[in-house]
Amino acid sequence: MSLAELICPAGTPAALRTAVDAGADAVYCGFQDATNARNFPGLNFTPDELAASVTYAHGKGAKVLLALNTYPPAGKVDLWRQAADTGARLGVDAFIVADMGVADYIARTHPGVRLHLSVQAAASSPEAIRYYCQNFGVKRVVLPRILTIPEIREIRKEIPCEIETFIFGNHGLMVEGRCSLTNYLTGQSTNMDGVCSPASDVEYKRHEDGSMSSQLAGFTIDCFGADEKAGYPTICKGRYTAPHRPEGYYAFEEPVSLNLSRLLPDLIDAGVHAFKIEGRQRSKSYVRGVVSAFRQAVDDIRAGREANIADLVALTEGQKQTQGAFETKKWR
Amino acid sequence: MSARPDTLPRASGPGMSTLARLSCLMVQPILTRVVRRIAKRHPSLFARLGPHQGTDFVIDAVELPFALHLRPDPQALLFRAVPRDATPEAGATIRGKFMLLLELVDSEEDGDAAFFSRDLEVTGDTEAVVRLRNALDDVDGSIAEETAEMFGPPGRAILARLRRAYPT
Amino acid sequence: MAVSDMTKLTLGPIAYHWSAEARRDFYARIADEAPIDEVYLGEVICSKRAPFHEVDLPATIERLERGGKRVILSTLAEVMLKRERKATADLAAMDSPEIEINNAAGLFARGKRPHRIGPFMNAYNEATIAWMAGQGATHVCLPAEMPGPAIATAAATARDLGLGVEVQVFGRASLAVSARCYHARAHGRTKDNCQFVCEEDADGMPLRTTDDHPILRVNGIQTQSESYIDLLPEAGQMVAVGITHLRLMPQAVDMVAVATTFRELLNGGRNVAEAEATLRQTCDGISFSNGFYHSQAGYRRIAAAAAG
Repeated sequence: MSLAELICPAGTPAALRTAVDAGADAVYCGFQDATNARNFPGLNFTPDELAASVTYAHGKGAKVLLALNTYPPAGKVDLWRQAADTGARLGVDAFIVADMGVADYIARTHPGVRLHLSVQAAASSPEAIRYYCQNFGVKRVVLPRILTIPEIREIRKEIPCEIETFIFGNHGLMVEGRCSLTNYLTGQSTNMDGVCSPASDVEYKRHEDGSMSSQLAGFTIDCFGADEKAGYPTICKGRYTAPHRPEGYYAFEEPVSLNLSRLLPDLIDAGVHAFKIEGRQRSKSYVRGVVSAFRQAVDDIRAGREANIADLVALTEGQKQTQGAFETKKWR
Repeated sequence: MSARPDTLPRASGPGMSTLARLSCLMVQPILTRVVRRIAKRHPSLFARLGPHQGTDFVIDAVELPFALHLRPDPQALLFRAVPRDATPEAGATIRGKFMLLLELVDSEEDGDAAFFSRDLEVTGDTEAVVRLRNALDDVDGSIAEETAEMFGPPGRAILARLRRAYPT
Repeated sequence: MAVSDMTKLTLGPIAYHWSAEARRDFYARIADEAPIDEVYLGEVICSKRAPFHEVDLPATIERLERGGKRVILSTLAEVMLKRERKATADLAAMDSPEIEINNAAGLFARGKRPHRIGPFMNAYNEATIAWMAGQGATHVCLPAEMPGPAIATAAATARDLGLGVEVQVFGRASLAVSARCYHARAHGRTKDNCQFVCEEDADGMPLRTTDDHPILRVNGIQTQSESYIDLLPEAGQMVAVGITHLRLMPQAVDMVAVATTFRELLNGGRNVAEAEATLRQTCDGISFSNGFYHSQAGYRRIAAAAAG
């Protein structure tokens, strides 16, 4: 029987407390450096803040998962090792890792702390997942957002660890941990620096007609008409032209968010152990709204009641939501 | 929540300039007290601003007769009302309806959501805005209410009236 | 002066859906004419394409080996479906030729038997390379986005462990892979009903920004750089820090000419300026980039600080 844990984002100590108070079973967070994949300006935790946050969370029965889910470039591995040492000293409940060298270090140095395999490791088959379980003692895998529910059910039968899936938030299109799009335009790497469309390279421009264009490092990513909803200035959500699409189209994906609230019972039935809410870069308001809504939904399902999920569409990118690959493989 | 910030009625027109200047003079003492108090109570805010403590933010609440100019330098805090025709060259400009901006400060609204819906407009240095947002978001409690408290029962009454006047 | 006539030139696997006939002709010419030491074969991007050229594989291997090339078989970068899992396991079971693994599913199947690590495996650092070496890796191809200083440190580690170490020096960079097929999407189809429309774009489908700047190339589930990586001016530095293999990715240009240019630089027959001028002629109308190597935006072309 799955426990349907709710795993919630925290970009700041205040957001962490908000998530815990709203009913998170666990929160995930990172340090203020390249060791995690949301290395955004003004976001994340100092070691002192993490210490206080672990105390707060544990006091209320919630776990703290530390994201160390980027790939250290050669010559800089010590930063990741020190982050793991600090996390272990402060009593985090698990590390979320992607890099094999980092996983190996933690497995040898901090064998008492659980290892979760980040979505950044892009393990999308039973064999890949078993590789990490067998070699590093991984206890849980965060699955890429590319699998259908029947596929997840099949994977569950063949792996010795728990499954965590995303249920809400940014709808990543590219295989995580294999994307250098941001680095191609900005010189900052998602894998090595933990950034995605860094704010320092983003510029919004208003035009006379009320439209607004978003640029990344001088490249136009999209232009929203006066009445269009907007999205993040990420390359994979941009509008481009192709030889037979001269009008411009969303070549990869429209600005849209993942929302699996209606599929929760099916995911539980398929053997998903934990539900992850994306959005460490979002506000306390988002955390409060989304976590409370899913807390209620999961509690209803556990109690055998019909889940009545609040409408979360206002919080979604482009104010549109999708069930993505989880619903149908036609998405591919 | 469909009106675009720039299609809203703007406080402008003949005679507005004098009115704007008078309004600025009236609110300035309040603004100075507010920002000093917040800075004193939430010092960790400045660490999250990082290199943008010296950035000039222009906060443009479209219905107000003036804009707000914030430079969150802990050594020389600046928060002042400026007539729109005399705003400084901004490192970053944040524009939206007054009540939305107030709710963003208090994390009652989500900044990204307001941006997606086009109710919030950001121009200039995007990183500065992201840092300011994250710094404010790490503040527990309501800055609006703290501010209202500073002015006792009249302050609380004004805030309550504002909230009623702008149902969201 | 020779940069190094010991350095191996390799030809990466064809990323695109070239027809079986085009592939046969291509490899016949490579076998006979290209000064290339090692050739990677196999479908890395889309498992749906594999049946079109699998039948020719034994003959292609034989043809290349007869031409004096060492052949290595590359596994899929993305492994999710049954047929992808089986293809990966089948390759991992082979004793020869060598295999290059691009997905952890392949590592699992291979166990501790010798193998090469492909560019999709994210071997970014010395700790990971050491781990992989302990599991049977004999050779590692670094990710295309790695900057010069990290390449140097990784090369030193690989050398100490006795591993070959490889960097892509020519061709479009792989920037992303996805479960969704963007070629199919561009034509209003799904991946399952793609009708192999990717075959129309031998060098990838160009995407331009809405204000008409070329930016990316679509190749099925893969997104590539618009520019070709060209690290010819940096080849000398890389050889000096211990890179043993330089990888050329097959593009829709005269790859024999490309290989010849790199070979002439390596054996001292031409200097960097001459070789670079020839390469530009071969790739007329194509933009070159080396930003990743210089810790800059990948699309950028940074003037060589030190001629190799």
